[in-house]
Amino acid sequence: MSYIIDRRLNDKRKSTVNRQRFLRRYRSHIRDAVNDAVSRRSIKDMEQGERISIPRKDLSEPIFHHGPGGQRSIVHPGNQEFHQGDRIRRPDGGGGGGPGEGQASDQGEGNDEFAFEIDKQEFLNFLFEDLELPNLLKRHLEGAQIFQHRHGGIVSQGMPAKINIVRSMRQASMRRRALTAATRKKIRTLKAERDALLEQDQSPQRQARLHELDEQIARLERRVERIPFLDTVDLRYNHHVKVPVPVSRAVMFCIMDVSGSMNQDMKDLAKRFFLLLYLFLERNYEHIEVVFIRHHTSAKEVNEEEFFYSRETGGTIVSSALKLTRDIIEERYPVDEWNLYAAQASDGDNWNDDSPACAKLIEDELLPKLQYFSYVEVMPRAHQALWDHYQNIMQRHPSAFSMAQIDEPGEIYPVFRELFKKRMET
Amino acid sequence: MFLSEGSDWDFELLARYDEAIADLAHNKYGLDTYPNQIEVISSEQMMDAYSSVGMPVGYNHWSFGKQFVEVEGRYRRGHMGLAYEIVINSDPCIAYLMEENNITMQALVIAHASYGHNSFFKNNYLFKTWTDASSIIDYLVFARNYIADCEQRHGVKAVEETLDSCHALMNYGVDRYKRPSPISAVEEKRRQREREASLQKQISELWRTFPQLQPAVQLREEPPNFPAEPQENLLYFLEKNAPLLAPWQREIIRIVRKMAQYFYPQRQTKVMNEGWACLWHYTLLNDLYDQGKVTDGFMLEFLQNHSQVIYQPPFTAPFYSGMNPYALGFNMFQDIRRICENPDDEDREWFPDIAGSGWLSTVKFAMESFKDESFIQQFLSPRLIRYFKFFQIADDDRNDYVEVGAIHNEQGYRKVRDALAEQYNLSIQEPNIQVVNANVHGDRTLTLRHQRSSGRPLDENSAREVLRHLHRLWKFEVRLESVEHGSVLNEFSMPPPTVIS
Repeated sequence: MSYIIDRRLNDKRKSTVNRQRFLRRYRSHIRDAVNDAVSRRSIKDMEQGERISIPRKDLSEPIFHHGPGGQRSIVHPGNQEFHQGDRIRRPDGGGGGGPGEGQASDQGEGNDEFAFEIDKQEFLNFLFEDLELPNLLKRHLEGAQIFQHRHGGIVSQGMPAKINIVRSMRQASMRRRALTAATRKKIRTLKAERDALLEQDQSPQRQARLHELDEQIARLERRVERIPFLDTVDLRYNHHVKVPVPVSRAVMFCIMDVSGSMNQDMKDLAKRFFLLLYLFLERNYEHIEVVFIRHHTSAKEVNEEEFFYSRETGGTIVSSALKLTRDIIEERYPVDEWNLYAAQASDGDNWNDDSPACAKLIEDELLPKLQYFSYVEVMPRAHQALWDHYQNIMQRHPSAFSMAQIDEPGEIYPVFRELFKKRMET
Repeated sequence: MFLSEGSDWDFELLARYDEAIADLAHNKYGLDTYPNQIEVISSEQMMDAYSSVGMPVGYNHWSFGKQFVEVEGRYRRGHMGLAYEIVINSDPCIAYLMEENNITMQALVIAHASYGHNSFFKNNYLFKTWTDASSIIDYLVFARNYIADCEQRHGVKAVEETLDSCHALMNYGVDRYKRPSPISAVEEKRRQREREASLQKQISELWRTFPQLQPAVQLREEPPNFPAEPQENLLYFLEKNAPLLAPWQREIIRIVRKMAQYFYPQRQTKVMNEGWACLWHYTLLNDLYDQGKVTDGFMLEFLQNHSQVIYQPPFTAPFYSGMNPYALGFNMFQDIRRICENPDDEDREWFPDIAGSGWLSTVKFAMESFKDESFIQQFLSPRLIRYFKFFQIADDDRNDYVEVGAIHNEQGYRKVRDALAEQYNLSIQEPNIQVVNANVHGDRTLTLRHQRSSGRPLDENSAREVLRHLHRLWKFEVRLESVEHGSVLNEFSMPPPTVIS
């Protein structure tokens, strides 16, 4: 007798827990691989899963087994030319391979890497593990327009459409029981008396008493019946409340120098940095807008394509971009409705007289409004005036302003981690 | 009247095939099986089953996750097909069919797993002795819940570490000679509670800090060695005697030990088990064909799959990875049948007992009474040695060459057979390591002895790693000495000996 059972609809993901434990155990390996991937990948496929390779020796599960050496014997199939007593040079690697070497070697197959894939979500989790956005105070703002209707419990007043039948009936049942309890108790005692009388021999006196009892019982039962089945006081209504939904939205300002001194490689570096920041913000906010501002001697708001790929020449006045940022914030992004982030990338060149102005602009006008301002310099050379001025700002506002230098793609992610790593501060 | 014409299957058709196969297996050949539970699953579920060593319920551990990601990755990239079936030694016998397979494959798997493996599980002496098919699922559920409960109480990390250490010693968690007495899951649970309470008491007794009065005065003679006899079951020894383990850790050791013991017969009967199952899918489906129940197309497809399964690549093939147990096992059982039915002079000389006897009772006897090692020793015929062109290589590290010790000729048959049988002898393939001393009266050092044979050393790196795990369970110094001919050749200890400089 056999039973044939269709199990295809059963849970497929029985191994999920084990898989997660595996990933957790090898977190540091995986993070290294993710780190590599970030510097290797082009921008478009940043948001994808990744193939992770871990050296096999790092995740071996050790057991006792024989090492090479000693005298051993192995039987192989498929003899073609050997005769008894033939001597053959020992193949490299000692034991001659084959079976019977214990289980430790059975996953050898000549590859030293244990490779597997993680999906997009896991990739991003590892990418941004231990990072956090600074200054999240404003993260949940009271939105002006968006409300949500939530279940607000049960109330005794309401409109007929919202009657909660189950609760109303339960209420009615309780009321009926409560109001009739005394009467029903009386009926029970009377009935008991009557039954006792019926057991005994009849006599006129008892007949009269019986009659009286019957009448009393009938009267009481009528009283019980007069209790209404459902009363208006029983009615219960579902209640809904209107709650404002906190918005979590952010706008990110990407500010980049596009003067003649910025070549495509530098822009690429900057772009990667912006992209990481974007992915990171996206994980923290439901809604994100990005504003691209590029500048040389004057600043302009542009679309993404133009931002990254069109070329301009000319000198550099950074303050023009900062001013434009300030104007856009005032015009479109009220501080109490938006979380504001700005990231600036530049090769550090600036019109020397402009740098103090930039510092003042950031400190006095932008930082009070922004959650965070980060500045990256994509130039492997000595710093100029702008860097020095910015450094002063960083000293005065360490929690809202940060800066770093990036020379090559591999450094972007470490620098990014450095800028956004969890800070132990109150 | 064909059972089916196309290649698609549905549940009704599976039932019809199962019925036809069961009829042949039970009534014509008298196979004794557990009831079957055939479960159809998807490929994803098959991967889950794979990575939990085929058990339907398993406790959680990262190593299963590692297997899962590996299987998943290789399957997705197309490097590996999934096995057609997984079958579990339980009562009823659970066999998984993959939904992607067509009806030919499903029929093959039903015959192979639900009648072949099933009857092997029920009748082979090792399985009868060591495993209890009726309680295994209950025990697995118990183990899973117990370990989940421990994770709640003591944290995932602590449980994981204990399991890691137990897994490292899993191959040394079996009793090779002593026979266990099977108990039910309910009984198991009751005993487990008892054990927790009483074991701790015993251990406190064993490790009492203050022995009676003045030991120097009282103990005039040397205290007896503990344990009295060397212990081969390391996990059992740790469970019962490790000084500082918490009761739940002892129970976890016990769970891993039970699993090891449950799988031990499977590790010893790979060739026989697969060979037996192949013999029956081959015999049963051929019978269906003879009865006119399956089409020529069905049969051709079946034979193609069958010959892939039992293909033995020669050692020169790039994908050669040792003996294919399916090939060796199937050919040996077929060969026994041939020796019974059409013996020639050579067979009469080599197998006087079975040549010409009833084949069915002979293969059943072989299946019931042997394990791989003794099965090959008993039944590998010269004809098969010639068929596989076996040759034996003697590899001695004192020479810079390896020598061909025997080939498939008159002088070589016995030597090849002995060597091949030995290759399946787990107690030779696994280093022989036993507990020889626990210093209960002194510093609590635990001493293990590796008895070398044929000069084969331990792999040092892995030995050190495993010792680290042992130390985690024992919590005091653990020493391992590698001994041959009475002299210690190599010594490991954990923690490593401190060098005084």
